[in-house]
Amino acid sequence: MSAPRLLARQVRSTNTAFWRNPASAFFTFVFPLLFLVIFTTLLGKGSTTIGGITYDNATYYVAAMASFGVITACYTNVAMSIVFARDAGVLKRVRGTPMPGGAYLGARVTHAALVGALLVTVTAVFGVVAYHTHVPTGMDLVRFLVTLLVGSGCFAAIGLAVSGIVPNADAAPPIVNAIILPLLFLSGIFLTIGDDAPTWVNVVGDVFPVRHFVDAMRDSFLGSPAFTWTDVAVMGLWLVGAALVAVRTFRWEARR
Amino acid sequence: MSERVIDVRGLVKRYGDLEAVGGIDLHVDRGEVIALLGPNGAGKTTAVEILEGYRTKTAGEVSVLGLDPATRPRDLRERVGIVLQSTGVDPFLTVRETVTLYAGYYRRHLPTDEVLATVGLSEKGDARVRRLSGGQQRRLDVAIALAGDPELLFLDEPTTGFDPSARRNAWEVVKNLAAMGKTVFLTTHYMDEAQYLADRVAVIAKGEIVAEGPPDTIAGRDRMLARIRFRAPAGTPALPSWGQEPQADGSCLLRAEDPTKSAHEVAGWALDRGFSFELFEVTQPSLEDVYLDLTGGEEGMT
Repeated sequence: MSAPRLLARQVRSTNTAFWRNPASAFFTFVFPLLFLVIFTTLLGKGSTTIGGITYDNATYYVAAMASFGVITACYTNVAMSIVFARDAGVLKRVRGTPMPGGAYLGARVTHAALVGALLVTVTAVFGVVAYHTHVPTGMDLVRFLVTLLVGSGCFAAIGLAVSGIVPNADAAPPIVNAIILPLLFLSGIFLTIGDDAPTWVNVVGDVFPVRHFVDAMRDSFLGSPAFTWTDVAVMGLWLVGAALVAVRTFRWEARR
Repeated sequence: MSERVIDVRGLVKRYGDLEAVGGIDLHVDRGEVIALLGPNGAGKTTAVEILEGYRTKTAGEVSVLGLDPATRPRDLRERVGIVLQSTGVDPFLTVRETVTLYAGYYRRHLPTDEVLATVGLSEKGDARVRRLSGGQQRRLDVAIALAGDPELLFLDEPTTGFDPSARRNAWEVVKNLAAMGKTVFLTTHYMDEAQYLADRVAVIAKGEIVAEGPPDTIAGRDRMLARIRFRAPAGTPALPSWGQEPQADGSCLLRAEDPTKSAHEVAGWALDRGFSFELFEVTQPSLEDVYLDLTGGEEGMT
């Protein structure tokens, strides 16, 4: 079978197993939607000013939770599922078949990106129905889709790189979460971060890709003039860097 | 001359200062079932994982189906089926989905129903993998290895942890594979498994092959003396001397060149005196006796 067909088949199989696994379906899919409802309900009042532009907090959280969904699906889910599959001996078994390793991992990343896109869609529909948020069209939509694509790739690449440094399945949840949780707080996913944020918080936001992703997602989705391709470029750099690390650290076999 | 499927010469594998495999020579012909026997830590898995392409060798020559497994050629992976010692699949897929998925990795593959029938999992096709028993999961491992219709199958300790009836079933599966003309490379530390399945046995100890041959004749097993063990009831008058060795449990052990004749003499002696032995057995040396001899018996069989 050709590589694209092998990849498509593998995506279908990954998808079947994903929805049958209550843990992955809940933490990856239901969790971000739960957060969306909680945050918009509790913190959706008032407004936040970023770069001189004022956003309704409800709108802000719709964009932030869409970003959160993509990060959960592409980073957390990819890193965890790879480590679990490695510890269970699944990766080693696949390695002994003619299935190209790239097609196998590509399928996992593709599936994660599709779950992320589905979460974004559900979140957007919620935003439109509950808060009448703006829906991007034309060039805004192009910007939004490019942001989504590069962001998904960036976080999946980081997920693959992190899977290589996690020693075993027991260590996966603490390590994977310890890396992302502080960044989620400091990058405006859970707490609105406006122009009045301390400098060091902005520095963290500038260096790591989460803030760039949230900003680009929100600005392109809302059609804000604040959108900048620099955000997308930073994510692109992280994508390339993480992919290079992943190639060096990736392991198909569990440590003995 | 039959076709060489595996050809290993002077294979060495070192991890730092530790020599896991110390220069082994081994060959396997098409259609053969070979068992690599050895205690834990003897280098069995290291050797077989080099043949499978999972590890690289330190020195020596290795050829599997005419190819070098170290370069992981896809053509080799198309023709080889591997059952690893510990391995998993997605627990949320069904048995049929799993076998079909793996079959699809191969250019040439067998119909899923046929594979499930071969390993005796036909009735479990729609069961989720996580619902299978240990023995059933192991059969699924074999089914997945068979899905690509391989010429050569590696089975690394396929029945470890099985109950006796599950092992019998697994053995029948392997017998069927041999009957289908597959070449089977088996590693095990069960002597009865090697005895039952293998055409040829190689015993590995401390990284070296210490004996090789058919299970019935390996290391001169067929020329070893049979043993007769018997115990007379308490108070029996002195036994004549047949060169027997007294055992800890009060029985006597006799090594017999002609077991038929010696057993007759011993039994006749007892009957002449009007009693029967409390214990009377005649045994040929087992593969296990030979194995313990060869490996120094320092490590028990688990």
